[in-house]
Amino acid sequence: MNFLFHTIAGGIILAFLKALALLVPLLIGVAYLTYAERKVLAAMQLRKGPNVVGTFGLLQPFADAIKLLMKETIIPAGANRLLFILAPILTFGLAILAWAVIPVNNGWANANINVGILYLFAISSLGVYGVIIAGWASNSKYAFLGALRSAAQMVSYEVAMGFVIVSVLLCAGSLNLNDIVLAQRNVWFFIPLFPMFVVFFISALAETNRSPFDLPEGESEIVAGFMVEYSSMPYALFFMGEYASMFLMSALMTILFLGGWLSPLPFAPFTWLPGPLWFLIKILLCLFVFLWVRATFPRYRYDQLMRLGWKVFLPLSLGWLVLTAGVLIATGWLPHVS
Amino acid sequence: MIATVGFYVFAVILLASATMVVTARNPVHSVLFLILAFFNAAALFLLAGAEFLALILVIVYVGAVAVLFLFVVMMLDVNFAEMREGLQRYAPVGLVVGLILLSELALVLGGWHFAPGAIELRMVPTPRGLTNTAALGAILYTRYILLFQIAGLILLVAMIGAIVLTLRDRRAVRRQTIAVQNARQPADTVAMVKVPLGAGISEIAVLNRPAPAEADPEAMHGGSHARLHAAERH
Repeated sequence: MNFLFHTIAGGIILAFLKALALLVPLLIGVAYLTYAERKVLAAMQLRKGPNVVGTFGLLQPFADAIKLLMKETIIPAGANRLLFILAPILTFGLAILAWAVIPVNNGWANANINVGILYLFAISSLGVYGVIIAGWASNSKYAFLGALRSAAQMVSYEVAMGFVIVSVLLCAGSLNLNDIVLAQRNVWFFIPLFPMFVVFFISALAETNRSPFDLPEGESEIVAGFMVEYSSMPYALFFMGEYASMFLMSALMTILFLGGWLSPLPFAPFTWLPGPLWFLIKILLCLFVFLWVRATFPRYRYDQLMRLGWKVFLPLSLGWLVLTAGVLIATGWLPHVS
Repeated sequence: MIATVGFYVFAVILLASATMVVTARNPVHSVLFLILAFFNAAALFLLAGAEFLALILVIVYVGAVAVLFLFVVMMLDVNFAEMREGLQRYAPVGLVVGLILLSELALVLGGWHFAPGAIELRMVPTPRGLTNTAALGAILYTRYILLFQIAGLILLVAMIGAIVLTLRDRRAVRRQTIAVQNARQPADTVAMVKVPLGAGISEIAVLNRPAPAEADPEAMHGGSHARLHAAERH
């Protein structure tokens, strides 16, 4: 044990093990999220869903993954080969990279940095590059149209999302994710900031290109958007990246609004469950709503999407930010940083 | 030790990608190299202990500005051969501008010296016990609040200017009023009609009195249906 804690090489190995301890459950979670999505959608549409591969179809995600890996990787003749391959790697890598700062329990983060929330915001704003580069490098009109839509959509909703994050920061008084969760010991932020929670959730749907904002890959209009030309492993990476970023957005919502690893009430029957389990339960709850929304709402039209982002969410979140700041100043609740 | 190695690695990649920005044949590659340069500059900020600035650089420049660059460059139909031609022609002008800038920089650097106490301040960039962000906020929103607000106003004016310049009144576009759309009721649009044998729906509608909705311009598109509805009630 001493070797792990007291030498540079040991430190590197320890960091690697810590990252692995987070990533392996995450990837298994991503695999089973695809399964959960199909099962939930099936239940909501009175179908059975996957039930053939393994007991209750539990091996279905692995069957899908192996099938995709066995396929040929096709690179279109007119494509920019390097960028074509780089785009899915970038998308998936970014979705994984963001998990470095997520605290699973008090102090349990791979990197407990001071500006954790800014890091997450930066990483999620980079997600658009994977899509744009894929759309351009494919040298196909459908892919390019999908990429353009996606870029406009992600940039628009990021603005509202930024204001929501700022109003949470005002209440928490810190950019550190651990401190933001600890600031919710008395009351989780989704209660005082409920409208912002709703805005954040809908923006998260748009950021992850999920239904009803899945215009970038709207299969009835532009085939599959920026992913048209992809097959096999690169396609699987895009797919996994999308689900990993759903996980990430749910984790972010849990940390910002739902009190992270904190139990709903700070006494006995609730505190028996360990913190990471509460964290997981809250994430799964958010993910269920993601799937529920997909089964419920039809796709937005492009102009409606832009209107919602710029004309509704932006003024709303900006106004609420001013209101939050005013209330905090007037009541003297503004958390003071030493 | 690791910080020093890191500095040289990031600095070398930064300079190399900055060079590639101007020499790359494909403009899209140029923008991507520019993004790489931004990243390495952010890494240098991190090494200097300015974590807030580093992440703001990534969020603002990489997350927003470079996306627009990439957007525009991808949309352009660039003729590479023509660009090579231009390089030959404009090289002397560029060279002159570069030389002027270089001599100005040299003049500034020649007369430049450290402020007294600057070296000591660099030892502790932020006050003890304060995070980077808190330290920046404490100085930006107190001593420099006026300058900060003026900078914000200048940006606002630029934004409004851009909107005014590009705003066109396109009359042909039919816009949807979401409030009107949401206020529609099934009764306004759907009518259940019992049609007698041999009599069409239109004849029933004409026979009965006109619906009061016709006077209301808001409900114009649903006019005939409203009339049908009235017929059913009759």
